[in-house]
Amino acid sequence: MAKSKSAYSIPGKQGKFDTHIIVVWVDNEAGVLARVAGLFSSRGYSIESLAVAEVDPKLNISRITIVTTGTPQVIQQIKLQLKKLVPVHKVADFKKEDKNVIFKEMALLKVVGNNSKRKKAIKACKKYNVVILDKTNKSVVIQITALRREIDKLTKNLKSLGLVSTSRTGAVAMTRGSEVFK
Amino acid sequence: MSKLYSGAEIVFKCLEDQKVEHVFGYPGGAVLPIYDELKNHSSIKHILVRHEQGAGHAAEGYARSTGKPGVVFVTSGPGATNVVTALADAFMDSVPLVCISGQVPTHLIGTDAFQECDTTGITRPCTKHNWLVKNIKDLPKTIHKAFEVATTGRPGPVLVDIPKDVQFQKTSYKKYNKQKKSNGNSNNFFSQEDINELIKLMSQSSKPIFYTGGGVINSGPKASKLLRELVSLTGFPITSTLQGLGAFPGNDNQFLGMLGMHGSYEANNAMHDCDLMINIGARFDDRITGKIDEFSPKSKKVHIDIDPSSINKNIKVNLPIVGDVAQVISSTIKTIKKIKPGFAKSNNQKISKWWEKIQKWRSIKSFDFINSTETIKPQYAVQRLYELTKNKDTYITTEVGQHQMWAAQHYKFDKPNRWMTSGGLGTMGYGLPAAVGVQVAHPNKLVVDIAGEASVLMTMQEMSTAVQYSLPIKIFILNNQYMGMVRQWQELLHEKNYSESYTAALPDFVKLAEAYGCVGIRAKTPDELDDKIIEMINTDRPVIFDCMVDKEENCFPMIPSGKPHNQMLLGPNDQKETKITKKGKALV
Repeated sequence: MAKSKSAYSIPGKQGKFDTHIIVVWVDNEAGVLARVAGLFSSRGYSIESLAVAEVDPKLNISRITIVTTGTPQVIQQIKLQLKKLVPVHKVADFKKEDKNVIFKEMALLKVVGNNSKRKKAIKACKKYNVVILDKTNKSVVIQITALRREIDKLTKNLKSLGLVSTSRTGAVAMTRGSEVFK
Repeated sequence: MSKLYSGAEIVFKCLEDQKVEHVFGYPGGAVLPIYDELKNHSSIKHILVRHEQGAGHAAEGYARSTGKPGVVFVTSGPGATNVVTALADAFMDSVPLVCISGQVPTHLIGTDAFQECDTTGITRPCTKHNWLVKNIKDLPKTIHKAFEVATTGRPGPVLVDIPKDVQFQKTSYKKYNKQKKSNGNSNNFFSQEDINELIKLMSQSSKPIFYTGGGVINSGPKASKLLRELVSLTGFPITSTLQGLGAFPGNDNQFLGMLGMHGSYEANNAMHDCDLMINIGARFDDRITGKIDEFSPKSKKVHIDIDPSSINKNIKVNLPIVGDVAQVISSTIKTIKKIKPGFAKSNNQKISKWWEKIQKWRSIKSFDFINSTETIKPQYAVQRLYELTKNKDTYITTEVGQHQMWAAQHYKFDKPNRWMTSGGLGTMGYGLPAAVGVQVAHPNKLVVDIAGEASVLMTMQEMSTAVQYSLPIKIFILNNQYMGMVRQWQELLHEKNYSESYTAALPDFVKLAEAYGCVGIRAKTPDELDDKIIEMINTDRPVIFDCMVDKEENCFPMIPSGKPHNQMLLGPNDQKETKITKKGKALV
């Protein structure tokens, strides 16, 4: 081992990274998203995607869904640090592989091209439960709700078929069955 | 209809109901309505500082020495940004502060108005919580909530930003009765099983150690009392972090001294070799653990902390106990007395070998230094200061650097709340304003700031505050003309390239003292030191004491990085000099 008199510690061994979906119920007040996002950036945690909207207008509660990666220790810290924020009510954490949880993302895709290309594009979407939101004789806007990797795959396939614009949301999550996270 | 009060009046109504007696602050455009209201509230005394950072540190000193939250008033823009260092410092060291800042009127927010800044944005990462109060109706409950957040759980700073127009607007106010709820109950998440498990581990251990921190102090004087009872009941050795000094008497035989980078040989070796580590209110800081992978490899670890996020953050522990230190210790003592009344006796023999080993480490006397008859050694100066002030219930603050470590090593505290130092953030310039705050809270006590000449110049302007309010603080400067800790690292790590660490033009501190209207004393030789210190103690005015010490003394022992606790560098007598690698340098 290198001998050093340096006063700082050297980094220890790193654990295995997992992808988790963290769901946070917060008071919908000014700056609350900055507080949550700031916690992630200041402590060096990653945010892969983020979805946030008010879910209870009466109680002023917003639900934030964050996809993040980290070692088990980091994930544990994220949950505990989030719980310390004053406007945070509760925090749920799901592993990406968890079979009891449904994860969905949505994307809007604009394809521009001639008739045959557009037809091919729509055909490529067959596998997924897509909705055609807008049609002209030059273009089509497709809405897809699926898993992240499915949307990744579809956009890759549509590249050669005239995909010109993609707009995607972060993932949202819901547990299966009758139980509600408390 | 109930009477209506202006926002500024509400601020004072809230402070009165929170039993606030002192506020540290500095006026400015955006807080003028609040300052205008000050004259109508005689129970609240305002201390005018010379810089907002000073207000923050003074409030920290006030809070640390009393256990009550410190309150700060600052104006918008530069007033708020100047106090950020103190907020960050309080956040790291868990000091309860309530900072009330003025803001430009609501209709000007976001227009780059004069003295506008995004105060809540800037202070968000360094406060427990902050609020921008745009609606006067929210003001009373926000301020009371601010006090609650600052003082409950793990304490910390909060900020309430009040736009100037809100300070003029009117609303009703209902008297607030501060609930006398103990900090514990709402933050206790431990069960009797946890306590039983702890006692089981304690009775199985043959090499135990208590590792205590600032959480014991923050839990209140009762926690320190209980800790003493627990330690004497078990006969276990105890070591403390920098922030925890004073929770346990520094001259007790069971106390191994401070641990960590500049901690004692016996404390660090005991931490490394123990089979049971009981962490009470400390947070496994990197200056404590050294190399994480080799930190106390053979021990079972118990962590008692009020903050759940401190558990398993840096070091994995076997038994977490989340709760208020005083209540956890109290339950532990009760349970021991009930189920193992003869614990101490049965245990003494079991850990006697452990104590023998500790005595061996102790005999190295790692805090020793080579004294001189010509120049004052800084360690000697701290020792003399301790001997001459130890019977006076003295309050000590420090700046940051070598002098801080020497103070921690050689000044023995036997009561909590007597030691105020910037540990987590390491803020040079903390000690002088902190001493101001301590002296405000304890007007008749001896308050000494053990300082370095470089640190103290960062907030020297607060001497003017001390003079204004006749606060007889003593600034005891260990003057070696270097930023000593920087110089030490440059000597050990950068081939003695003392880049910018020597201050070539220092003021004459004695004349400076006179210019401020206080007393200057200088000591140059060891023979005159005692007389001069006594002269300082007997002076009933603020004093700047210029103690000219050895310029090149280093602070030992020291744990080099990437090293576990059992590989310390001892003082000049330690011959095992090793070359520093490139890799090692990159880590600094």
